[in-house]
Amino acid sequence: MPASAYHHAFFQAGDGMSTYTPVEDTKTGKKLAGPVGWLDERLGLAALGKKNLRKVFPEHWSFMLGEIALWSFVVLLITGVFLTLWFDPSMAETVYTGSYRPLNGVEMSVAYASALDISFDVRGGLLLRQMHHWAAHLFIAAMMVHMLRVFFTGAYRKPREINWLIGLGLLTLGILAGFSGYSLPDDLLSGTGLRIADGMIKSIPLVGTHISFFLFGGEFPGDQIIPRLYMAHILLIPALLLGLIAAHMLLLVYHKHTQFPGAGRTNENVVGYPMLPVYAAKAGGFFFIVFGVIAFLSATFTVNGIWIYGPYNPAEVTAGSQPDWYMGFAEGALRIFPPLEFNIFGSTWPLSVLIPGLGALGILFTLLGAWPFVERWITGDDREHHLLDRPRNAPTRTALGVAGMTAFGLLWIGGGNDVIALRFGLDLNAITYFLRVMFFLGPIIAFIITRRICISLQRKDHEVLTHGFETGVIDRSPDGGYSERHAPLPVDAQYALTSAKPATVAIEAPELVDANGVDAPNGRKAKLRARLRRWYYAGAFDKPTVEEMQHAEEHLRDAGQHPVDLGEDFQGVSETGVPRVH
Amino acid sequence: MSSDIEQRTPVSDPIADPGLPAHQYRPQDVDPAQEKRTERQIAGMFGVATLLLIGFCVAYFTIGKDQLIVIPGTNWSALNFTLGITLAGALLLIGVGIIQWAKKLMGDHEMIEMRHPAASSVEDRTATMAAVNDGIEESGIGRRPLIRNSLLGALGAMGLPAIVMLRDMGPLPGDTLAHTVWEPGMRVVNDVSGQPLRPADIEVGQLVNGQPAIFYETDDEGHAVMHGHDVLNAKAKAAVILVRMRPEDITPAEGRENWGIDGILCYSKICTHVGCPISLWEQQTHHLLCPCHQSTFDLADNGKVVFGPAYRPLPQLPLAVDDEGYLIAVSDFPEIVGPSYSFLDRDQKRLDEENA
Repeated sequence: MPASAYHHAFFQAGDGMSTYTPVEDTKTGKKLAGPVGWLDERLGLAALGKKNLRKVFPEHWSFMLGEIALWSFVVLLITGVFLTLWFDPSMAETVYTGSYRPLNGVEMSVAYASALDISFDVRGGLLLRQMHHWAAHLFIAAMMVHMLRVFFTGAYRKPREINWLIGLGLLTLGILAGFSGYSLPDDLLSGTGLRIADGMIKSIPLVGTHISFFLFGGEFPGDQIIPRLYMAHILLIPALLLGLIAAHMLLLVYHKHTQFPGAGRTNENVVGYPMLPVYAAKAGGFFFIVFGVIAFLSATFTVNGIWIYGPYNPAEVTAGSQPDWYMGFAEGALRIFPPLEFNIFGSTWPLSVLIPGLGALGILFTLLGAWPFVERWITGDDREHHLLDRPRNAPTRTALGVAGMTAFGLLWIGGGNDVIALRFGLDLNAITYFLRVMFFLGPIIAFIITRRICISLQRKDHEVLTHGFETGVIDRSPDGGYSERHAPLPVDAQYALTSAKPATVAIEAPELVDANGVDAPNGRKAKLRARLRRWYYAGAFDKPTVEEMQHAEEHLRDAGQHPVDLGEDFQGVSETGVPRVH
Repeated sequence: MSSDIEQRTPVSDPIADPGLPAHQYRPQDVDPAQEKRTERQIAGMFGVATLLLIGFCVAYFTIGKDQLIVIPGTNWSALNFTLGITLAGALLLIGVGIIQWAKKLMGDHEMIEMRHPAASSVEDRTATMAAVNDGIEESGIGRRPLIRNSLLGALGAMGLPAIVMLRDMGPLPGDTLAHTVWEPGMRVVNDVSGQPLRPADIEVGQLVNGQPAIFYETDDEGHAVMHGHDVLNAKAKAAVILVRMRPEDITPAEGRENWGIDGILCYSKICTHVGCPISLWEQQTHHLLCPCHQSTFDLADNGKVVFGPAYRPLPQLPLAVDDEGYLIAVSDFPEIVGPSYSFLDRDQKRLDEENA
């Protein structure tokens, strides 16, 4: 649609075609002219509306992952506001007299008592608590999976590196929000989590003990930490999250969403449905679906049943204590790290707490934040990328991602080593020793296997492009031989496969020695870069050349000379011999 | 592959863009009856959603807080289930209805929008640079380092009040972490009943959770001596476990030979890793396992770490028996209890001097 159409046409929904009538003469035009004029004369929004109301968004199921995170956050805000009406974040001691009989007469903090009241004495309170907690699980899970999608498709590449960093900030804040939130009820499990957090803080060299005393208002547990966490949980962190989400979305709109390659889709355009009405309706409808799924989970599955744990008591703990799943990897690191501690000039360095506890998060987020810049330095690729990579077409990146997931998964297993030992009748110590070794070996194995699989899949693509796909149709030749007939892929699929593979950037060999035979100033750096580049592209397959494709076409055209014509729509047969239709 | 990397050059696309595929009409586009049916279906979803939301309100006022839905093997709160299911049903129907509307009835022509580079035009960039340059020039920030640096200094000092103000968030640690409420002669009492313990109360192989008697003491008027958070704070360091082993199994370190009574030893219950209370006792091996991170201590061998991430052995409390035959502490813990902290070594050295 030409740009001028925005001014002069109104798209009539439902009849499947656009009719162009001056907008002033349409029903809507007559009704809206007044209010739009009033607003525009004061806010000048028409220029913004012209540009964005019919903004095009591409469609793919994986683009909804980030949306799940966004909508879960909205559900968190709504349910969280309701919860603040009844929750009392005080650590003053009280005696419980509510309607949950097993805890009647038990001394506990006001915070825990009010969390019990929300669960048992406020109608719908349990539903709100569970929705808030389920939404938190979903929020962080959706952010992580969304991040994996962005990583494996290379959507973080230029010009989106800053948005990747904002996303990492969101994930960090989301995890902090989750931890500060599930610590608030002051039950035995959350208190144990705080005790471990306190141990981690105390392990910070030189200043850790002071930080701990300031945070807790004295010795652990004190009577300050819950109100302070409450402030962070309902004011500080959500405010930062809202700001970063706004920035994340604004950049998304400015850059326009990436898209997967396909017929008609290039690096220079974006193909999809306009924001108004289709995309707004789909995204808006999806909000209700996310909300509904959270409500359904909360109606049928208990989450964080705090009444089972009892009030916090620093002298008690239950076996099988575990943090919420997203802290599992840090917990696992803490469990499998070998004992290591040293003293120097009266100061103690508890490395077996410091490195896994605070180091694991720090290392993970540093690596993730640095990767787009490291990859760009290795490849020397300064182009803008709006077409998404298929993971197989970036074998080294994909393999690194899977290696990272493997390390994360192994640590996560470590976080549940006691439960796993119990359930599967395994030796707890053996699991721990195994994980200590596998934490280093596993990612390497995963890297090698993944890269091989990616390269094999590239070869498969190449094969299908240049030799056609297997039709499942067996020809018998006059002399009795059998052969399977190959047919060329539909041209749309051919285009999607070939345009998906961006040609690698030309690389000049590094100048190691200058004209006078003196080592170039950046010689060593250039050498490292060249080596990394060889490693990054090792085994990669370029897409077929124009000549190869022409050759393939001729070859396959000849093969099609047969009494039984397959027809243009034919796309092979299934294993049971039924023709496939895509 | 590595040899030809230097020769890689961009390859032009081997297949030309075939353009967007032809538009496919939906049943609703061509069949008015189908269109009407879809319209009714969607409106039906919104209608049922409204009924469910009214049902939510009815359930809120009619179902009791403690009514249960009993399905064998589980019992659900009837109120939570009904409120949740009506709300979920309404939300899902609204969501599905809107999306059906978008997919089946709204325009479904894909549109193409051209992208523009993220960068501004060269003129804009030049103009911005010029503006920045003018700003720098006119302010003289480069030419007047005295003003610039003194301002930067003042702004940097702005951070000081913010940091200094945090000082009163809590007291300084001092040596509080090196001491507990245990003192010479204090009885070890049962964690649950608060009753003092005689050696005969503990059998071989048994583990008893203990606390210092002060938590259960009352003054003349019957008020507890310690209460509320003072107890919790003290407990976080003073909780102990008593175990009784066969005396011949115990290999006390030098100087600890008389710390036990008839094979009864007393250890801190707080893990030296990150401070979880340790409670899993393996009778046969005399090992004590922390349920949080599985640090394992050998109580027959002075609380030595035999497995897991903990570094320091579990501190031991020297025991004696008072005139009435109850177990008492000889002193406070000679070793610092709880997780390692940044100046534990300093505190431990001072503690050793005090005890020497």
